[in-house]
Amino acid sequence: MHPFAYHRAETGRQAVDLARSSVMTRAPQQASAQFIAGGTTMTDLMKLNVLQPEALVDINRMSGEPYDQVVETAEGLRFGALVRMAEAQDHPAVVRDYPVIAETLRLAASQQIRAMASLGGNVLQRTRCAYFRETSWPCNKRNPGSGCAAINGMNRQHAVLGTSEHCIATYPGDFAQALIALEASVETLGPKGARRFPFATLHRAPEASPELETRLEPGELIAFIDVPARPWARRSHYLKVRDRESYEFAVAAAAIVLDLDGEIVRQARIALGGVATVPWRASAAEDALVGQRLDEDRALAAAEAAFTDARSYGANDFKISLGKRTLMRALLETKRMEI
Amino acid sequence: MESDNMTRRNFLASTTGAAAVPIAADWLAGSPAHATETMPVQRGDNLANVTLRVNRQTYRLGLDGRTTLLDAVRDHIGLAGTKKGCDHGQCGACTVLIDGQRHLACMTFALMAEGREITTIEGLAGPDGKLHPMQQAFIDHDAFQCGYCTPGQILSAIACVHEGHAETDAQIREYMSGNLCRCAAYPNIVAAIRQAKNNMEGA
Repeated sequence: MHPFAYHRAETGRQAVDLARSSVMTRAPQQASAQFIAGGTTMTDLMKLNVLQPEALVDINRMSGEPYDQVVETAEGLRFGALVRMAEAQDHPAVVRDYPVIAETLRLAASQQIRAMASLGGNVLQRTRCAYFRETSWPCNKRNPGSGCAAINGMNRQHAVLGTSEHCIATYPGDFAQALIALEASVETLGPKGARRFPFATLHRAPEASPELETRLEPGELIAFIDVPARPWARRSHYLKVRDRESYEFAVAAAAIVLDLDGEIVRQARIALGGVATVPWRASAAEDALVGQRLDEDRALAAAEAAFTDARSYGANDFKISLGKRTLMRALLETKRMEI
Repeated sequence: MESDNMTRRNFLASTTGAAAVPIAADWLAGSPAHATETMPVQRGDNLANVTLRVNRQTYRLGLDGRTTLLDAVRDHIGLAGTKKGCDHGQCGACTVLIDGQRHLACMTFALMAEGREITTIEGLAGPDGKLHPMQQAFIDHDAFQCGYCTPGQILSAIACVHEGHAETDAQIREYMSGNLCRCAAYPNIVAAIRQAKNNMEGA
């Protein structure tokens, strides 16, 4: 591991200033100063020499704003970025009003990691692509322009949606799919002050620049995540299909929020995980459901719509049919929920 | 390991020389530092002063900033009960309690743990040597074979009970999934946690 300077921030402003005092010219994920909270991604990737920051800004003790609290307001739920996954998963308002959030958190990682990992760090978790994590391989995300070893390599875990000829790495998280389906927004602090934008625009598909994973600017820090009040989100669900029963990343997953009038779908929000390069909003599947009676045939039509543009790379061919079946089952399970 | 006999670890330490001599004197002398929370200071030798609270004792250490809490506890404080398995947060062998929450010591830089209350396997028994109910339950149920994962299993299991995640066998299995046991003593671990849960709640 490369040596680094360690700074401890007492406030959000100070965190941004400490990060800015280091040279920040590269993409945020490769910048020479990095924020660290739970550290479950950062320490791992530093040990692998995938990340080599010159400075770490420890934001765990930031105060002055409720960075470590879940606050209920008339507009919805406001998650401080330093709230730990394990706290949020058992928060009464989360469990009662947003089952899809509780499920995405509880089904992720292990309880130790959930006790450490912050929500702000969770949504920025880096891909598990083995070629990204092992520095002897080419990887456009880690080393822009070096090529992608996964496209013709061992790509069973890789994405079938949102890929490009430069990168097919899967976005590994779960919580982000709930935030997409609930149309959450993000509030950040940065060198230019605070700003707010839809969570759905946080992550960037790889296209020609896989190293640019988010729209965060160098030195910009997620401070809050806002989930709007949505009474019909009580009918929401996350189905995660994995190679083993616990403590594993998704092979395919679906986050569903349904507004039903009897069997007729008034509104639907769908996000897919494990199959895409970014937390993936399945808008075409939503369109296939609205105004329709939700039965097996309709769920199949939605699943077909979701994967129309899917492209697979050999070992991950199975993800297209598995992804469709996962979405179908998730829709029908959500329909059957007792509210 | 607590006997007067020379342990394997003492033998290794005495033959290789202590790596942190100037600082080791602090804790060997048993002088609790009573330090209030301070910012780490970068020293001329590229080591940072780090004050850790481990098992109700304060330790002042001079550490390279890259030192994980796991390496600080094992190699600099000399508490080798906490085990290094994968060193990447995948096996749970290094689980300790930080302010009562179960954390992976391999994924925590020691600097980040300043001012926190850290509990390792060595801090569980009472002053009279009486084992924690979870330690006793692991013995009663033969909940290990080689024992390497056991310290992490026990710390994790204590937190599992305190969190209220030990209500059913299925819940115990799910919430203990971050602790791998290559000997596969899982059924006995579940039985031990069930027993300890009753004893911890009765205490």
